[in-house]
Amino acid sequence: MEQEREQAQEREQAAGGGGAARTVGRRAVLGWAGAGVALGAAAAGGTAVALGGRDAPSGPDRQVVPFHGRHQAGIATPVQDRLHFAAFDVTTDDREDLVRLLKDWTEAAAAMTAGRAVGEGAVGGIPEAPPDDTGEALGLPASRLTLTVGFGPTLFDKDGEDRFGIAGRRPEALADLPHFPGDNLDPARSGGDLCVQACADDPQVAVHAIRNLARIGMGRVAIRWSQLGFGKTSSTTPEAQTPRNLMGFKDGTRNIAGTDTGALDKHVWVSRGDGPAWMAGGSYLVARRIRMHIETWDRAPLKEQEDVFGRTKGEGAAYGRKHEHDEPVLNRLPADSHVRLAHPDTNGGATILRRGYSFTDGTDGLGRLDAGLFFIAYQRDPRSGFVPVQRSLARSDLLNEYIQHVGSAVFAVPPGVGGAGDWWGRTLFS
Amino acid sequence: MPARRLTAATALSAAVVLTALTGCAEKSDAAGDGAVQVTATDSECRLSRTEFPAGHVELAVHNKGSKVTEVYVYAEGDRIVTERENIGPGTKAAITTEMKAGEYEIACKPGMKGDGIRQAVTVTGKGAAKKLDPRLASAVADYRAYVQEQADLTIPAVWKFTDAVKDGDVEAARAEYAKSRVGWERIEPVAESFGDIDPKVDVREDGLEPGQEWTGWHRLEKALWEEGKIGADEKKLAARLLTDLEDWNERVGKAELTPTGMANGAKELLDEVATGKVTGEENRYAHTDLWDFRANVEGAKKAYALLEPVASENDPELTEELDEQFAALQDKLDDYRKGDGFVSYDTVGKADRKELSDAVNSLAEPLSRLAAAVAKQ
Repeated sequence: MEQEREQAQEREQAAGGGGAARTVGRRAVLGWAGAGVALGAAAAGGTAVALGGRDAPSGPDRQVVPFHGRHQAGIATPVQDRLHFAAFDVTTDDREDLVRLLKDWTEAAAAMTAGRAVGEGAVGGIPEAPPDDTGEALGLPASRLTLTVGFGPTLFDKDGEDRFGIAGRRPEALADLPHFPGDNLDPARSGGDLCVQACADDPQVAVHAIRNLARIGMGRVAIRWSQLGFGKTSSTTPEAQTPRNLMGFKDGTRNIAGTDTGALDKHVWVSRGDGPAWMAGGSYLVARRIRMHIETWDRAPLKEQEDVFGRTKGEGAAYGRKHEHDEPVLNRLPADSHVRLAHPDTNGGATILRRGYSFTDGTDGLGRLDAGLFFIAYQRDPRSGFVPVQRSLARSDLLNEYIQHVGSAVFAVPPGVGGAGDWWGRTLFS
Repeated sequence: MPARRLTAATALSAAVVLTALTGCAEKSDAAGDGAVQVTATDSECRLSRTEFPAGHVELAVHNKGSKVTEVYVYAEGDRIVTERENIGPGTKAAITTEMKAGEYEIACKPGMKGDGIRQAVTVTGKGAAKKLDPRLASAVADYRAYVQEQADLTIPAVWKFTDAVKDGDVEAARAEYAKSRVGWERIEPVAESFGDIDPKVDVREDGLEPGQEWTGWHRLEKALWEEGKIGADEKKLAARLLTDLEDWNERVGKAELTPTGMANGAKELLDEVATGKVTGEENRYAHTDLWDFRANVEGAKKAYALLEPVASENDPELTEELDEQFAALQDKLDDYRKGDGFVSYDTVGKADRKELSDAVNSLAEPLSRLAAAVAKQ
């Protein structure tokens, strides 16, 4: 929606629109809240764009994030507004079936990320058969949809069984995560043989993508768990403000920028010498479902809240500094504050790219929201990325009083799909 | 119950519409030259032609009236061939359907109520019906025989059940309950297409309309398991269940059946499993869901087996997958066998139910493509 409004605003400006339109535009760029104000002014233009969407992609290229490339999209890509993440169990033991699935998925993903429908489309087929595409994204633009696939440890070795003849290719970096103090992991919300991360600026587009991939996969995979994220909590765009989490704080302000190729190569992308060659250009994804006890948090005094993070709530500046992005001086922060414990300097330089989203999944039956952070991190090796950071946090982070890790998964994210003949996982399976 | 209603509606329209298979694959062209123009006003329902050849028929509706309207095509006895609702004032709608030779009525219903303004139309010739593959014709005939066989088998099984109820024998009635449902469940989409019978015999408490009296299997199920006793009311209801099913048994052979209707009926049987049985909702007191589950799958397998010769020619990959998934689901179900039936479904844990559900999805998704494989020529 925001994209559409921006387009509408651009058109107005191109047509010599007045000052009012420009004001609206600047507000719209600020995001959801500002966009609400702009809605009336831009609605007409937005509708026109929507009608032209899907089967006939139109408008600026930035609505479409290129699917093909050396790395998978959805990692260094500027963080989209919404998330639908799904983990799958592979239900077939047949390697050929699995390979066919990955090829089918690749084809569908290339279509959907370009704003096109799956297969023969959602309408116009023979009346007695269900349409290939489920149809809820008809008329919507691509909305910067990215689909990112990952392979879990159990794909390589499930209870000692090498179902697909790839156990020998499992990277050492794809180690099972250790148990951290305080973990209360629900097996039904953890693990998975495969994962797909769908990010888009429109939640319907993200959900449509996961739903259609799940449907295509039936008989070969079954959804194990899935997570919706309604709001981004991190930014990979250095000039942008870091979005706030449900505690009202900016967290992860020192994130790796999607444009900082040096830092990406150093901390995110797997390089040729790191392990098995098939992972070169890939990355490792750690996902944690972190429940926040928001009701008790909301009763904490402001000073305590700020001490817990080690930064101000308003600006997000570390204690003793002025601005959000000012480098914190660690010894000026409370010893067990979150910023201090998560900082690379506290963890031997460990640096990860964060791409988490806030969630609320109804209630917990005790009159409280089941809310929190669906944490996603990308790194070159979890053993020198997420694991040391989380060890440090789990030990003494003041935040632990208000959070609990309830779901966990780790995946090897293979390199990008090169072109038309290529497919997700080709380097692993051929 | 919404799923039920949908099922019945699909079966009904499918029954009448799908005789002409070749037409199914044709794309519709709403404003095509061959379309019959239907001009609806608040007081008129004008047709550009009242006689046209059988086969693929297109109606181009233009609502020139001031009220929202709907257009129905009725066959003899007001059997609905097709319908389109909510055509707003000033708007156009295209309706495409397959029609056999015969006499029909087209009705416009300004304000979407009443019998509507009707025009008689004649559909000439033999249409596309003549092109039916002889193998499909015999598949339909064999399936009709199967439907009657299952209905015939249901009656004595229901006798045993209702006799036990009439005797006031709770234990015996419990033992016969699930068995009495097997024939019905095997042919459920056809059975339910008799819209007057299904609400009397197979409705669940939550599916009742306001003011509707609760009768049938599930009412007795609740008495037998939840309350554990049989009173005078239950005995009367048992007699009524038998009467209703005997009535159904006499009529079920006349259901209109078509190859694509059979294929989608097979899929609907799996839908029944997916929405009612695998969740444990269908027999929530008796927990005999796995009996119904198996009967649904057996019925789907029967329809598929009859269509398989044609489907495997048109889409061998699909039938290979269906064979595999039918076998896989059968294997999963076998894990829960006990005696001549199944374990109580309340003993099947969450993880096991998910496995069953995954196996149902794995079969139902390719099964939804069977109709296309049958219609392909």
